[in-house]
Amino acid sequence: MVKEVQIVKTGIKIPLAKPKVGVAGKTGFWRITRPIVNYDKCNKCFLCEIYCPVNVIRVEPDRGPTIDYDYCKGCGVCVDVCPSNALELIEEE
Amino acid sequence: MTAPNPQSSKPRSPLPFNMREVVLPGDSACPGCPIPMAWKVISAVFGEKMILVIPACCSSVVVGAYPGNSLKASVVHVAFASAAAVASGISEALRKRGITDVQVIAWAGDGGTADIGMASLSGAAERNHDMIYIMYDNEAYMNTGIQRSSSTPYGAWTTTTPIIGKTEHKKDVAKIMISHGVPYVATASIAYPHDFYAKLQRAKKIRGFKFIHLHAPCPVGWRFDPKYTVRVGKLAIETGLWILYEYYDGKIHLSGPSRPYMDPKKRKPIIEYLKLQGRFKGITEEKIKEIETYVNQHWEWVKRHM
Ligand SMILES: Cc1ncc(C[n+]2csc(CCOP(=O)(O)OP(=O)(O)O)c2C)c(N)n1
Ligand code: SF4
Ligand code: SF4
Ligand code: SF4
Ligand SMILES: [Mg+2]
Repeated sequence: MVKEVQIVKTGIKIPLAKPKVGVAGKTGFWRITRPIVNYDKCNKCFLCEIYCPVNVIRVEPDRGPTIDYDYCKGCGVCVDVCPSNALELIEEE
Repeated sequence: MTAPNPQSSKPRSPLPFNMREVVLPGDSACPGCPIPMAWKVISAVFGEKMILVIPACCSSVVVGAYPGNSLKASVVHVAFASAAAVASGISEALRKRGITDVQVIAWAGDGGTADIGMASLSGAAERNHDMIYIMYDNEAYMNTGIQRSSSTPYGAWTTTTPIIGKTEHKKDVAKIMISHGVPYVATASIAYPHDFYAKLQRAKKIRGFKFIHLHAPCPVGWRFDPKYTVRVGKLAIETGLWILYEYYDGKIHLSGPSRPYMDPKKRKPIIEYLKLQGRFKGITEEKIKEIETYVNQHWEWVKRHM
């Protein structure tokens, strides 16, 4: 059942969902493997950030990637696309 | 849209930083899913200024259930066969109201496009409504449990082609759209975001009906390790199986990533692509030959129209 409705100009009532971080909850709980960063090897190419399907990587130009582990699903795509082996996939505890 | 800070961002990538803003973390996609990857590229072009029209498919689930939405953009969920028809209506309504800075994007799966949505797609293309129709092609009905579609490739296992794999070749929807005479048709792949980005930029500048056929490897349905989504996508290009091109001004323009593979000798063996995917497990030599023949024919067709 739709409980919340928004009245748009036409007066027609429609159920309107709002943008939300974590519509599926803290997806970090799904993780069975975890990507970790070796900052010495990173050449700041941004590829991991561009490809990460969960959009949880931010590459800082002077440091390298930071990963938001609250939502990272541990898919390993970032590890596979990294051209300089700066990312490694380890078992999640 | 947050503008990139020129001091703190030295982007080697030409993808603008609003790529960061629109796709919100914590959606319902399986790990390694190609769908949000593509949305990041789309949002790098349009930011929040887009209306996605999504028929029943994985993407309807990926954005999450009411009252939440994993995209900071408008999404209209519609019945399976109607994406192009609804997008036509929205596009006309925006035109009537004089709204020109919002892009209408029909975003549908291969089932919703090559099969059930084909009639409404053909109608919208013939009427040349101003929209971008993107068919994200994960080559089966994934949301309902990996049933074959007309876009499933020859030899692939699905739950409805369980023993010997599919015995028909993939329907070439881009070719069908070219014959509609629309102003812009392109093929793209989630493995080549910069190429996809450039295509969306071109499509944005053209008025009328634009069609993009986006190859989208699905780890769940194709039976590969989720970390290989991009690798599988790249191998499809490197083996020549998937050809990246644009069609406008009456001819095909081959895209950068596919150019080397015009020469068959430069292509990797097709088996490199197949062997990563469980859906091709146990495929016979004979069938690989058949796929090779199909690929060569497709290339000849592309070359003839360049
Ligand atoms: C008229 C109608 N028939 C069937 C369905 C069930 N259904 C929902 S999603 C789906 C599969 C969609 O496949 P595709 O378009 O390839 O998208 P994917 O799930 O693979 O991303 C089906 C059959 C439906 N929702 N409506
Ligand atoms: S493992 Fe997957 S979800 Fe996690 S940071 Fe890497 S690409 Fe993103
Ligand atoms: S892909 Fe690898 S090298 Fe490139 S920014 Fe990410 S961690 Fe660094
Ligand atoms: S089944 Fe495939 S396309 Fe669908 S959500 Fe999962 S990974 Fe994405
Ligand atoms: Mg599909």
